[in-house]
Amino acid sequence: MSLWEYANPTRFMQTSGKLLPVVTVLSLACLIVGLIWGFFFTPDDFRQGSTVKIIYLHVPSALMAINTWLMMLVTSLIWLIRRHHVSALAAKAAAPVGIAMTVIALVTGAIWGQPMWGTYWAWDPRLTSFLILFLFYLGYMALWAAIENPDTAADLTSVLCLVGSVFALLSRYAVNFWNQGLHQGASLSLDKEEHVADVFYFPLLVSIAGFVLLFLALVLLRTRTEIRNRRAGALISRERLG
Amino acid sequence: MPDLGKYADTVLSAYAISIAVLIGLVALSIWQSRRAQARLAEIEARSNAAKST
Amino acid sequence: MIALLRRDLILAIRAGGGFGLGLAFFLILVVLVPFGVGPNSEILSRIAPGILWVGALLSCLLSLDRIFQLDYEDGTLDLLATAPLPLEAAASLKALSHWLTTGLPLTLAAPFLGVLLSMPTEATIWLVTSLALGTPALSMLGTFGAALTVGLKRGGLLVSLLVLPLYMPTLIFGAEAVRRGAEGLPTSSALLFLAAITAGCAALLPFASAAALRMNLR
Repeated sequence: MSLWEYANPTRFMQTSGKLLPVVTVLSLACLIVGLIWGFFFTPDDFRQGSTVKIIYLHVPSALMAINTWLMMLVTSLIWLIRRHHVSALAAKAAAPVGIAMTVIALVTGAIWGQPMWGTYWAWDPRLTSFLILFLFYLGYMALWAAIENPDTAADLTSVLCLVGSVFALLSRYAVNFWNQGLHQGASLSLDKEEHVADVFYFPLLVSIAGFVLLFLALVLLRTRTEIRNRRAGALISRERLG
Repeated sequence: MPDLGKYADTVLSAYAISIAVLIGLVALSIWQSRRAQARLAEIEARSNAAKST
Repeated sequence: MIALLRRDLILAIRAGGGFGLGLAFFLILVVLVPFGVGPNSEILSRIAPGILWVGALLSCLLSLDRIFQLDYEDGTLDLLATAPLPLEAAASLKALSHWLTTGLPLTLAAPFLGVLLSMPTEATIWLVTSLALGTPALSMLGTFGAALTVGLKRGGLLVSLLVLPLYMPTLIFGAEAVRRGAEGLPTSSALLFLAAITAGCAALLPFASAAALRMNLR
């Protein structure tokens, strides 16, 4: 059974309808377990005190912010190459999820940064990259909203996603170049790659799983909405012509 | 509630905002889904009625 | 091809179209900044490279919707799409004419405006070099943004939202080059990245712009 069968909207609606409740329940379970475990049952960090608990929100949301964009990139390419409407609509559906994740990552990053750096915002390369990502999401969603014809909108937003991805990557390097300057050291970056102790690691994994499943549930739900909207639009056009 | 020490405000506000955003996103998505379902059902009913006349 | 280029240039210079407007805007912006930031020349000289670069960016934005709008409205764009000249080449020529009427004048005017901002004279050569290397990318990216939104009635603000994030790498490397040059630090890596971005744009964006135009013309 090939994944391409779900390019058929009817197939997609059938299967997603069955999957959605399961994924939702799993996602809620992981989120609740992960966050409660992390919030209530982990110790404080030596340096960061109880603020380390923010990690269970900050890391998963940051991961999803980026992965959502990657998913949008892939589905946009599939639309451009194979013209599967479900793919284009999935990209459109994912964008609000991505931007929400980006906002959570930014806000938790800023709040976490206040006691650590003494300021809510610092032009740390990582935070700055997420701010830029936020702008890319905004532009993508604005373009979808501005174009009337759904197929043209799908086309144009896909091209934007492609070009945007190249520049988002480029920005990452540019921002690192820009903030390597004389006054900022690596000590200011919330270094995720630092080895996270086991006691933090497992609740973090569960939280990440929760966020991934939440993303999946939301994208399934939202894509179904988009498919319905598209069908409604087509029926209305047919009414007008007939 | 664990003893969050001097960082209580920090941690709690981070959790509060994040959970609020997630709930908002979920609520919005559910609302949009219900609206689309209703709209589609109405249009399909109309078009079925038109076909059968 | 030359005919197309010449036609665009004449249109831009003649019909009150953006040629002087971009420069005037650049000047006004540079005059506004000290009012906003205070006349302290030490502060001004430190932010001058950034202000001039951001000013160049914003001035480029002003004339973007003109790139395809007139041609779209009178049907010339449809002709261009079906003409023997590849649409990718036409898009490149549009970008070139935009640069000749916006980016190039800005690059030449910048040193004079730098004086208003107490920019150290050592920085001038780096300012002009970085703008010369970077403004073509701004024109090409702007052309891409204009291609995406051609035919939209209120396209102006949307184009800015789409294009400004794409401008960021060029801005970062361009302004960094001037800042480092002003302090006597080596500028070669910044300028190299800047040139690489522009070269990459020249290689890839004509295809993206042409694709967007075709999608909009369908």
